[in-house]
Amino acid sequence: MWVRTQIQPIEWLDVRPYNVVGRNVFQEKLKMAHMKGDCEGCKKQATVHLTEIFGGKKVEKHYCEACPKLTGESLSPKSHTPINELLTNFVLQHSANPKDATAVCEGCGQTWPDFKQSGLLGCENDYTIFERELGPIIQRAQEGAQHHVGKVPARRAAAAGAIVPKKKIDVAKLKRDLSKAVEAEDYERAAKIRDQIRQAETK
Amino acid sequence: MKSNMKLNDLTTRAGEWLRGRGPHSEVVISSRIRLARNIAGEIFCAKLSRPKRAELERRIRDSILSASIAPTMLYVDLQQIADLERELLVERHLISKPHANADGARGVAISDDEQVSVMVMEEDHLRMQVLRSGLQLDEAWEQINAIDDKLEESLEFAFHSRFGYLTACPTNIGTGIRVSVMLHLPALKMTGEIEKVFRAAKELKLAVRGLYGEGTEATGDFYQISNQTTLGKLEDDIISEFKHTIIPKIVEYEQMARRALLNDRGRALDDKVFRAIGTLRSARLLASEEVLFLLSHLRLGVNLGRVKGVDIATINELFLNTQQAHLQKLLNKKLENDDRRAARATFVRQRLGSID
Repeated sequence: MWVRTQIQPIEWLDVRPYNVVGRNVFQEKLKMAHMKGDCEGCKKQATVHLTEIFGGKKVEKHYCEACPKLTGESLSPKSHTPINELLTNFVLQHSANPKDATAVCEGCGQTWPDFKQSGLLGCENDYTIFERELGPIIQRAQEGAQHHVGKVPARRAAAAGAIVPKKKIDVAKLKRDLSKAVEAEDYERAAKIRDQIRQAETK
Repeated sequence: MKSNMKLNDLTTRAGEWLRGRGPHSEVVISSRIRLARNIAGEIFCAKLSRPKRAELERRIRDSILSASIAPTMLYVDLQQIADLERELLVERHLISKPHANADGARGVAISDDEQVSVMVMEEDHLRMQVLRSGLQLDEAWEQINAIDDKLEESLEFAFHSRFGYLTACPTNIGTGIRVSVMLHLPALKMTGEIEKVFRAAKELKLAVRGLYGEGTEATGDFYQISNQTTLGKLEDDIISEFKHTIIPKIVEYEQMARRALLNDRGRALDDKVFRAIGTLRSARLLASEEVLFLLSHLRLGVNLGRVKGVDIATINELFLNTQQAHLQKLLNKKLENDDRRAARATFVRQRLGSID
């Protein structure tokens, strides 16, 4: 099957002309760009470049985008897929419900392509609707973290009966107060805070 | 009308972040902590219709003003004020550039001492920040945490059991916290060691930005260091890492570079400092970026005791008042191009008349 490649315009070429083995990559790319000049079908400027390995030998073909001969070639999927598209494809393949990526939020009208374009979500429900797609992205952006461990809104904590995060924050604050009191040589206050810390930690 | 009068008062004094006080103030300009929050059940800003946006803005404004966050809070409707005044708020770090330039209902609540500001309808419904001069992260956290608690009494914030506080951009979820410390690192810049700081910051997943945050260049040797990870860590741990590890290391490194400059390249250092003074006192046209660099060198000279007759407070005031919106506001006229540069040069000459 043919693989589609693109030749970068000359001004996009790497500014460092030599690769690790000392070959002048710049010169080579330039030569290639010249060689791949004309469309094989209609002799216009070729913009599509196909390569395939036949019996261990690389064969190249060059066409312009509009050439009718091009449509006759059996093409493999684009080899220059944008990274976010690759990501979506990956997520789609690993998603139990492939409809997710085409889902539209009823509340705000957000779609997955919307997010890919703006990097912003439309409402809190999007985190549930697109949870599967967002998972790997969040993991990458957040140093592998996937679960919140910090502050919890008081009404949530009260509803769930969870006082653990609050206690943790309080102790940290007490410890800071303790070191301040020691620094200020206010030992009476320091002793009081120390007792409070002990009490909090044994609860 | 009333709010505009108070807005004008801002130009008469230095903003909190430039007061030049607080621990390590010779290197640490300011400490800032901001929290991003959204209202539960409400569509995020980018997808809100104009009327809904205006309605929600009013609701949040009322909650902020009745929450007794600070003794006096000033609420500025950003649709009602001029471009120049919005720019003034950006220069004072009270609102972000995108917030100034956005469209639709939006505002900011500012405490009297400018330590607290709450942006309403920015990327998230609420972006609250506390700004302190010098290294004062614990104090900033205590204050912003209390403000968050107070606002939560009348506003329910969007919260997810797995992802924590929900934000429009997934890079802010979880704690919604951004800790930013503004540093003045002229010696590391002069000795070329600053690259090492950048590399270390990158490894620690920290962002290094310029004077005005996201998308701005580091000018005048000012660098803003901030966390990029907001999920999976306790607020206390994020702050503690900044306070006990990251910032002291960079401060120590800058101090080392300053000592090295003083000991080994004293003459070259003096040359830089006094050339800056020469230009500041003689130039007839000064661009805003040039002033930042010259004042940066002057500030270093003062910190190292090479220059007398000028104090840090004056330099800080100049940093702020030579920026374009402040300058135009102070002189009370609209100035363009060379007129502005000339006015800036005159202003600086008047202030720095007598340096030894």
